[in-house]
Amino acid sequence: MLDYITSYLSSNTTPGQAGNVFWALVYIMIVFGGVSVAVMAMNWLERKALAHFQIRLGPMRVGPHGLLQPIADAIKLMTKEDIIPAEADKFVFWIAPLIILCASFAVYIVVPFGPTHAITDLNIGILFMLGVSSLSVLGVVMAGWASNSHYPLIGALRSSAQMVSYEVAMGMAVVSAVLMTSLHGIGPYGVGVGTSGTGTLSMIGIVQAQQEQHVWFLFKFFPLGFIAFGIFAIAMVAETNRAPFDLPEAESELTAGFHTEYSGLRWSLFMLGEYAAMIAVSSIAVTLWLGGWFRPFPNTLTGDTWDLVFSLFPGLTFLALAAIAFVGVRRMPKHPYFRVQTIGLAGFGAVLGLIGLILFVPPVRDRIQDIFWFVAKVAGFMYLYIWYRATFPRYRFDQLMKVGWKVLLPIGIGVLILTAILGVVL
Amino acid sequence: MGAGQPGNRERPIIMTDRTITDPKPIDTTTSDPKTSDSARFLSHLELDQPDKTFLDSNELVINMGPQHPATHGVLRVILKLDGEKVLGTECVIGYLHRGVEKIAENRTYTMFNPYVDRMDYVAAVSNGLGYCEAVEKLLNIEAPPRAKYIRVILTELNRMASHQLWLGTHALDIGAMTPLFYTFRDREEILKIFEKYCGARLTTHAFRIGGCQYETYEGFERDVTKFLDFAPPKIDEYEELLTTNRIWLERTKNVGVISRADAIALGVTGPVLRASGVKWDLRKAQPYAAYSDFDFEIPIGANGDTYDRYTVRMEEMRQSLRIIRQAVERIPEGPIMAKVPKVMKPPVGEVYHSIEAPKGELGYFIVSDGSTQPYRVRVRPPSFVNLQALDVMVRGALVADVIAVIGTLDIVLGEVDR
Amino acid sequence: MQQVVQPGMQPVATTFFFYFLSGLTLLSGVFVIIRKNPVHSALALIFGLLAQAGLYLMLYAPFVAGVQIILYAGGIMVLFLFVIMLVNIERSQREEQFNKQWVVGLLAAVALGALFVVVYVKGKALFPYRIAQPIESSNTQQIGVMLYGQYMFAFEIASLLLLVAIIGAVVMAKKRI
Repeated sequence: MLDYITSYLSSNTTPGQAGNVFWALVYIMIVFGGVSVAVMAMNWLERKALAHFQIRLGPMRVGPHGLLQPIADAIKLMTKEDIIPAEADKFVFWIAPLIILCASFAVYIVVPFGPTHAITDLNIGILFMLGVSSLSVLGVVMAGWASNSHYPLIGALRSSAQMVSYEVAMGMAVVSAVLMTSLHGIGPYGVGVGTSGTGTLSMIGIVQAQQEQHVWFLFKFFPLGFIAFGIFAIAMVAETNRAPFDLPEAESELTAGFHTEYSGLRWSLFMLGEYAAMIAVSSIAVTLWLGGWFRPFPNTLTGDTWDLVFSLFPGLTFLALAAIAFVGVRRMPKHPYFRVQTIGLAGFGAVLGLIGLILFVPPVRDRIQDIFWFVAKVAGFMYLYIWYRATFPRYRFDQLMKVGWKVLLPIGIGVLILTAILGVVL
Repeated sequence: MGAGQPGNRERPIIMTDRTITDPKPIDTTTSDPKTSDSARFLSHLELDQPDKTFLDSNELVINMGPQHPATHGVLRVILKLDGEKVLGTECVIGYLHRGVEKIAENRTYTMFNPYVDRMDYVAAVSNGLGYCEAVEKLLNIEAPPRAKYIRVILTELNRMASHQLWLGTHALDIGAMTPLFYTFRDREEILKIFEKYCGARLTTHAFRIGGCQYETYEGFERDVTKFLDFAPPKIDEYEELLTTNRIWLERTKNVGVISRADAIALGVTGPVLRASGVKWDLRKAQPYAAYSDFDFEIPIGANGDTYDRYTVRMEEMRQSLRIIRQAVERIPEGPIMAKVPKVMKPPVGEVYHSIEAPKGELGYFIVSDGSTQPYRVRVRPPSFVNLQALDVMVRGALVADVIAVIGTLDIVLGEVDR
Repeated sequence: MQQVVQPGMQPVATTFFFYFLSGLTLLSGVFVIIRKNPVHSALALIFGLLAQAGLYLMLYAPFVAGVQIILYAGGIMVLFLFVIMLVNIERSQREEQFNKQWVVGLLAAVALGALFVVVYVKGKALFPYRIAQPIESSNTQQIGVMLYGQYMFAFEIASLLLLVAIIGAVVMAKKRI
């Protein structure tokens, strides 16, 4: 038994490939816990960042600088009365948020945090991710229907129509990225033969193809990779029903969105699924175009010193966060009412600093590299999501569909054709 | 039914060429659904059809109810939709009716002054200006020059504040959350000046009949000049967020178009009229309160769509700053209050005086029967008349556009309902 | 990185998963028929399709499984649900669940069942091993090679058919927003 457990530790494959059920379960627990924490952090970050964009402060009372606000929200939602509309179909009403949740979380099986840090590396990784995330459309439709009321139904139908339309554009962008994995050359315009050039759909394989070709697919066949990335970046915002494509769930419009009739814990499941889907599609974008877990400039700034410099980044990031926390501690009002908050914030800063120091220790430093860079890139995308929400007005529904079908899809097909032609010619 | 009883006073006969000597009473005896007035009014909605479920029929009558985040107050809009397209609308108002005009019949002229602020509560100073000037016209007195300059400065500041609130809420309805907070923050500066001047931020009661009661406080010019330096970069910031934003353009261009002829026929005034290409501003056409001393321009638009109304109001904000700068540099010295009798008993007569409020032409029609209380005060609210244009503007548009158009008309229900 | 099954790696609990997944498929099929509410039937069909995708996975055909999930469960069933929800379903609730001609139905089902048994018995010879064999090149590659090589003509005809369907849908829906 112990043998079974320790034999995996020395291997360099994912638990799924090694067939090791125990470690697969361990990884699943870690990823599930990580995503849940990330969703809560995202909730807090959204409220604070949105507030600072709007020259106000956001939550400040529940915990120092509102850090415990997500927990307070979770407790509130869990203790709320569970209202089911009168004529609603109870089974469908119950299962709709579960479908969205399962679809959003099942995607994380193939997300590659490192060359061996994934739960498994399916042969059809990217196809699996796209497919399972498209199952959340079913949950949306069922949520709207089960509410037994006109406006959620209209909102659900609109929302699902939007998601389905932008999946097509996403697919086009993804296919052109997958095409690039089958190229031979090295560098942005890859001439010559340098790589094995076997195309692959697996997520780890795509990142390794970027490594072999010495270029992030963002810059491959510039500007084609960039345009494909742009299409995916826009389509993924529309896919997750976020601003500026959030008409189906906007409060100032007439149809109030598919989750109107849901209250309490059920509604929070929708929000959980939405944030998890956001992180999932961002990790697709990072894997396909931004080089996955690789540090910036893996080929132009090579050598041991540069490796060392970049390996210091995780520790430095946490130390910077700890420094921000301590600055916040200094700026806390000196009134005794704030004593608990000040101590709490100082403790939080101390924990962050401790983590930062641990990340400087060489064995930890080497292991944490891949995960850190992947998570940092995904975090950048999350910030972009919040930035979009603060800045842009909303698209009207027909304009939304027009953008999806008449703008993104033709450009996506064009990029695909050009990538294919260049891939053959060069 | 005798003369002199409260509420039953006889209307004083003031013979003009418009006086009707034997008016025909409105026929309220019949309530025949086919011919009564309200039935004809609502006939295009076909409300007497048997109930069909919304899935069967092509047309759907829905209600944007009195409580709605986007109707800027308690306004009920009944929409007749074909899928997503609007076939017709009907506004039901009166949820905020407080009987202000009736109250006026039982208050003296001075006592009624605070009531007018509460109508257009967003831009209270203009209401006060219109009323005071109307009564001054009735009394045939004129405010001294210094009072006129103070009135102009405060009214233009008030115009700026009203447009800022409009911009924030309009952008919020269309989905841009952030400009709301920026405009409200910048509006605070204006409200601080109001508070220092007359003690109130919103319902200011700044002017009195015959001039102003309060002298400008110590540092008024300095505060106003500081605001004049503070404001233009902020307006640039709003423009940067919205004017060239592709999503904003798509949501506002060619949305809610009203042609020049329609605008004049319906009687809309204010920025709505000017955006349709009519260069009509009461500050230039019928100058009042020292506006003829200042040099400013009237922005007009070309198409009469929402985007033009947006640009017209942004430019009006800048022109207001220009007026304020000219005014604050050369406020004349002198008294701030004209010689007004302690007990105001205007001679028998009637007057209509209108000013250019931020929302349009705000008019006061006051009939005096020689006593201390007016016989009738009728307010011509700009929002009430502009709201009629809603139907014309949204025929054929989508539901999301209805909300944009209500926002662009800049209505305040306190004014519509009084 | 291709998923080539190493010799030491054995699939785990094949029998259990096979019975589980096929049982789920059968149960879903039964539920599709016996539920009065069409949305429940559609839901049951979705579960059946997902179980079938699992069966494809067990047959070492991951690409087909993925495509099944994307297209069938995630696309076609969504369209089914749209149509079901836009149609007045009260009438369907009042319809008779099992109609009077159940004798003929039973006979037809027995005949179909007998046909299945004959096919199975006759076709046993085609699958001597009765266990799916892991294949050397990946499923995706094989499908790609066959689709664009041997069955190119059929592929193009199918895409043309889909184009006709799309144009027809756009023309029919064009009058209203």
